[in-house]
Amino acid sequence: MSPESLARMSNVAIYSSMLTLTLAMFAFAASFAGQRRRPAAAPAVEAAAREGGAAVLTRAPVATDEVPGRRAANIGMALSWLSFFLLLAGVVLRGIWAGRAPWGNMYEFSITAALGILGVFLFTNLKVDLRWLGLFVVIPVLLTLGVAVTILYTEAAQLVPALKSYWLVIHVLAAIVCAGAFTMAAATAGLSLVRDRAERKAGKGGTVTGVVASRMPDAERLRSLTNRILAFAFPLWTFTVVAGAIWAENAWGRYWGWDPKETWAFITWVVYAAYLHARSTAGWRGNRASWIALAGWAAFLMNYFGVNFLASSLHSYAGIS
Amino acid sequence: MSTPPPLSSTGFLRWAWRQLTSMKTALVLLFLLALASVPGSVLPQRGIDPIKVREWIADAPTWGPILDRFGFFDVYSSPWFSAVYLLLFLSLVGCVIPRVGVHYRAMRSTPPPAPRFLDRFAGTRELPLQGTPAEALDAARTALRSAHWRVVSGPVDQPTWVSAERGYLRETGNLVFHVSLLLVLVSIAFGGLFGWKGNVIVRQGASFSNTLTQYDAWGGGRFASAQSLPPFSFTLDEFTVDFERGVAQRGAPRAFEADVTYRASPEAPAQRAVIAVNEPLAVDGAKVFLVGHGYAPVVRITDRQGTVVFDDAVPFLPQDGNFTSTGVVKVPDASPQIGLQALFLPTAALDQTLGPHSTFPAPDDPALFMSAWKGDLGLDAGEPQSVYRLVTDKMTKIGLGQLRPGQTWTLPDGSGTVTLAGYTRWASFQIAQDPGKEIALLAVAIAIMGLTLSLFIRRRRVWVKITDRDGVTVVQLAGILRTSTVDDEDIGALADDLDLLERSLAAAGVVPEPASPEEES
Repeated sequence: MSPESLARMSNVAIYSSMLTLTLAMFAFAASFAGQRRRPAAAPAVEAAAREGGAAVLTRAPVATDEVPGRRAANIGMALSWLSFFLLLAGVVLRGIWAGRAPWGNMYEFSITAALGILGVFLFTNLKVDLRWLGLFVVIPVLLTLGVAVTILYTEAAQLVPALKSYWLVIHVLAAIVCAGAFTMAAATAGLSLVRDRAERKAGKGGTVTGVVASRMPDAERLRSLTNRILAFAFPLWTFTVVAGAIWAENAWGRYWGWDPKETWAFITWVVYAAYLHARSTAGWRGNRASWIALAGWAAFLMNYFGVNFLASSLHSYAGIS
Repeated sequence: MSTPPPLSSTGFLRWAWRQLTSMKTALVLLFLLALASVPGSVLPQRGIDPIKVREWIADAPTWGPILDRFGFFDVYSSPWFSAVYLLLFLSLVGCVIPRVGVHYRAMRSTPPPAPRFLDRFAGTRELPLQGTPAEALDAARTALRSAHWRVVSGPVDQPTWVSAERGYLRETGNLVFHVSLLLVLVSIAFGGLFGWKGNVIVRQGASFSNTLTQYDAWGGGRFASAQSLPPFSFTLDEFTVDFERGVAQRGAPRAFEADVTYRASPEAPAQRAVIAVNEPLAVDGAKVFLVGHGYAPVVRITDRQGTVVFDDAVPFLPQDGNFTSTGVVKVPDASPQIGLQALFLPTAALDQTLGPHSTFPAPDDPALFMSAWKGDLGLDAGEPQSVYRLVTDKMTKIGLGQLRPGQTWTLPDGSGTVTLAGYTRWASFQIAQDPGKEIALLAVAIAIMGLTLSLFIRRRRVWVKITDRDGVTVVQLAGILRTSTVDDEDIGALADDLDLLERSLAAAGVVPEPASPEEES
């Protein structure tokens, strides 16, 4: 197969993925329009969170009953899976075209990061029902892909020598999974703030209102979901930073040099460390922790986009001019 | 922070220590650390790019010196940045060390007795007893022990309960993680004190031996001795470089590598090696990294009489991605002395706005543009001079010239000729030894393992109790999670523990078979 046709196929796959993802977005939005208020989630967590001691020992009931809008959400999920596989094909074809791991410039990082976010969401959904989160995952993925194809697009080229290392695969793969997890945690943390506000407005025992808030699980459940995602992502991010340091030592002769990219990776790490500490500090584990999770995501985005465009960095490999 | 500080000095110290080691203080210090790191990514830093710092300060005559005064151009070694991380580590020590003792005692002690009443624990199960209380408790002990629970039962004379705990590794992991972070800091400090690094430019065909005088720049820690550098040497046999010629990312480097012949010591046999980016040469505890490259035009200069007064390859420093390179040639042996300020362009182009510049990094159409000066180079004044700068205070300009390889320019005032004989390449190497990095890596690896344990292991307790309920003897099962936060997954996991325990007891025949999950409503 000629390189040109590989390139064309990669692009077609990515555009198709964006199309199906847009349809998925409409489906998820429609599920919001149609779906009535969810049955109140189990009070289990609320009781458990009180003293950190006694806890209700039943698994939270899984809402299996068909509610209006569920169908639209299911369509959204199916379309998301389709987008995932199209995007996967696009990324793989890009890699074959370039003859290397497809992570040589910002365009390639971005399409793979989009794949990472979507992948973390879809695979988590196999274990925990996250259909209600669909809209808030699909939107950032679409934005990432949109920025990738419009601003960041570059023809495939070989790597600059510093990127020619198997650490590219290890370091970047871990970073991309983190991108997915951080983005999802930001979505659940943001929603927990919205829901929490609505819950306080409704008062104890009142009915939660609001287009978004009424369709979400309890704020406490959203917070513990955020915690769970970040408990998974934080060690992985630590590994990502360390793998980067080992690579830097190999390529540049020092494992840490406070290059802007390294600095912001460190800031991201520190903010998420603060999040985990906040989760076990009285008076901080609620909304404040959620805000910290959002701040961590902001630092991550700054590292991903900001540093490549604003600062002069050894990591300047955006490949666009 | 609710109570005011006591006034007595020991009381105040104790109060201050408690504040410092509290979780809230740790949180605040973490935020401060994140915040304090930001300016270093926005402002240029001396450790990375001293020239840019100088330019920045020159461009901002008001703010530059003020920011400089407060260490904003050396953020990561500034007193305020150091203060934040040292306080954070002090708070960490104060928080973690006492917990090591507490945890050590907890790991050696048995779990506390079961509470008097298990009814108040959510999810408590009551099962009718089949057999004797002793049989039921024995079965519970065996089942829990084989599942690696720490088990105790009581009272001694006639046991009525079993109390079990597991998940101690959560706190172990937590403590190991934090202690490892301390070890990382220590190994960074160790590397800083005993390590050294230097930079050197080596022309193709030239040699380098690892002594202080050969370096262009060298810096070592307080305890690094320049006398004890490992005595290796190498010759740069050939330097190859390749640039992207396609449209996408045109001019980006694609490969560069240095073929060298090295000796680990003057007596050791010569060995060949390739040094490339990502492939440093490890020799005698030090590592040789390829960090840059450039051109060295070969310039021959004759004086008025036609005597050759200079004939050498002069390394020029690249100024942009297309290797527009600047350099200086000093001829102290000519009389009067001659100096050249020159631009070497691998692919020469000339235009109105940019002047002479290079349009591609490879030597497709090399040229040398220069201005020639004569007079006093100022080398005898005793002041150290950069080899990349011509001091023209006591010199007069002779004229401007340009040369292609092989061409000769006769200086307009007849004071001699300049010939561009050709060009060669140079490579710059960073040579470094950091004795702390292996320990740092080991510490980080342990830290990640500890972190994972502390985030995924659940510490929990379960109890089995024989009690009387309305005249019927029943077996009660209950449990709690001993973690600061509890979510659905944790609760589910504890429920699973109790399910498992119930099935084990049923298998021993001391309680009825539980209903299978399918039959549950």
